[in-house]
Amino acid sequence: MNAAPNFFGRSVVDTGFDVDKIRGQFPILKQRVHGQPLVYLDNAATTQKPAAVIDAINRYYTRDNANIHRGVHLLSERATEGYEGARAKVQRFLNAAESSEIIFVRGATEGINLVAQSYGRTRVGPGDEVVITTMEHHSNIVPWQILCEQTGARLRVAPINGRGELLLEEFEKLMGPKTKLVAVVHVSNVLGTINPVRRIVEMAHRWNAPVLLDGAQAAPHLTLDVRALDCDFYVLSSHKLYGPTGVGVLYGKRELLDAMPPYQGGGDMISSVSFEKTLYNRLPFKFEAGTPNIAGAIGLGAAIDYVTGLGRDGIAEHEHELLTCATQALSEIPGLTIIGTAGEKAAAISFVLEGIHPHDIGTILDQQGVAIRTGHHCAQPLMQRFGVPATARASFALYNTREEIDALAAGIRKVQEVFA
Amino acid sequence: MAELADLYQELVLEHSKHPRNFRALDHASHQAEGYNPLCGDHFTVYLEVEGDVIREVSFQGSGCAISKASASIMTQALKGRTTSAADELFEKFHRVVTGADHARAENLGKLAAFAGVSEFPTRVKCATLAWHTLRAALTGEQQAVSTE
Repeated sequence: MNAAPNFFGRSVVDTGFDVDKIRGQFPILKQRVHGQPLVYLDNAATTQKPAAVIDAINRYYTRDNANIHRGVHLLSERATEGYEGARAKVQRFLNAAESSEIIFVRGATEGINLVAQSYGRTRVGPGDEVVITTMEHHSNIVPWQILCEQTGARLRVAPINGRGELLLEEFEKLMGPKTKLVAVVHVSNVLGTINPVRRIVEMAHRWNAPVLLDGAQAAPHLTLDVRALDCDFYVLSSHKLYGPTGVGVLYGKRELLDAMPPYQGGGDMISSVSFEKTLYNRLPFKFEAGTPNIAGAIGLGAAIDYVTGLGRDGIAEHEHELLTCATQALSEIPGLTIIGTAGEKAAAISFVLEGIHPHDIGTILDQQGVAIRTGHHCAQPLMQRFGVPATARASFALYNTREEIDALAAGIRKVQEVFA
Repeated sequence: MAELADLYQELVLEHSKHPRNFRALDHASHQAEGYNPLCGDHFTVYLEVEGDVIREVSFQGSGCAISKASASIMTQALKGRTTSAADELFEKFHRVVTGADHARAENLGKLAAFAGVSEFPTRVKCATLAWHTLRAALTGEQQAVSTE
């Protein structure tokens, strides 16, 4: 494809978004793999971490490490401050009304399981319905299947069209008095589709059904505002947002969280314990049994500071340009089909090559230093919907460049040469 | 450094495009399904065994080039062998593709084309899927075998 003058890569786009400088802040990106410069395009699986995040975790363990919420000593005070400070950062990041609506969990998956088991077990009964969509990740399918098995409720699945867009009319038809919970992915990890979640929330609320949004893929790409969306629950994973693995967030509206029973029992989630009666702690601690991932939460806080510091608008603009550029570059390759062509898309492209299995694409690209994901992406029902066993997926982050898209396109042509 | 040409040898590419014995057997005495959930490879292996001799062997399904070519070449290598000889051959093949015993590759005939797989650890499961499925068919495993 032709080089567009003054695109990014070496140049600086209007927002002052300096990719070269940003790349310098990610130590891992400097390496070569198989003798080639690393081109990391597997960001929907997990993103790389800036030095600011790595340093924050390092600083916590070298200076502040102690258990939180109980020690009277200085280190415990500092650790508590760091941990609760991270909660306040998440609150601002999501624009939640109060920090006690922010529950630290292991990741988006645990957040969904928490809602399914704590809210679902008490509010969903035989004959009730839980509504999801065809484009859900397994993590937003299986917890609801388990809940339905436990309660005798029924799982309903809203269909999508050939571009990978939710059929809103069909979704609306599934809503009714039996609808007790709606769980929808904000941005699809396979298709990149950005769902019209505000409208989904409106439709569900007409039937008084609360809505959980799976924001694992949305958090790194979109500006989030849970109050504007009016969603009831929102989950995200730190590691897809430039933070460490093993920590994530469940946001829930206070009145819902207050009414929900604890998910797990243990230390920190109680206000008093006797063998006769235990009183549970207030929010958010009621849902944080045991010593939490303190360093992880602090790392997530640092990641939020990092992306906020760069500017969410600049990131969105940069990623949109990458998506446009990559879509064009890949569309020009004969025999390549893009799976997921929604009008509203985040920067992830799934594709298949005629006559070549995605796993072979992945290996040959890897040899050229290009890291992508191949397989079913934990969305097997979605693969069935499109009639493919697997896809290859290139997913982009704020540090990717136009040159890397060229490397991807050249790599795919090399794949086709091998199989010519 | 691992070389792509070692993995995708001519013979492998040729068999992946034109797999041999790529059909179901009407009168199979044994059959089993194999599945690699990681990449979606999914094959059924069919056998016609008389006494302890494999008279016919075929496969069907879909998968990557490595898994398909391996299944194709496996069916060619097995016809006429006893079931215990087939088992021994799998042992040898497994040692070669995992890099445990490179020297043995010479005695493997066409199967030696998969020696390069040992340089690509993530692809060992692809090369051995059909063989695991074969073993499941012979031992009468009821559940689909999985490489995970």
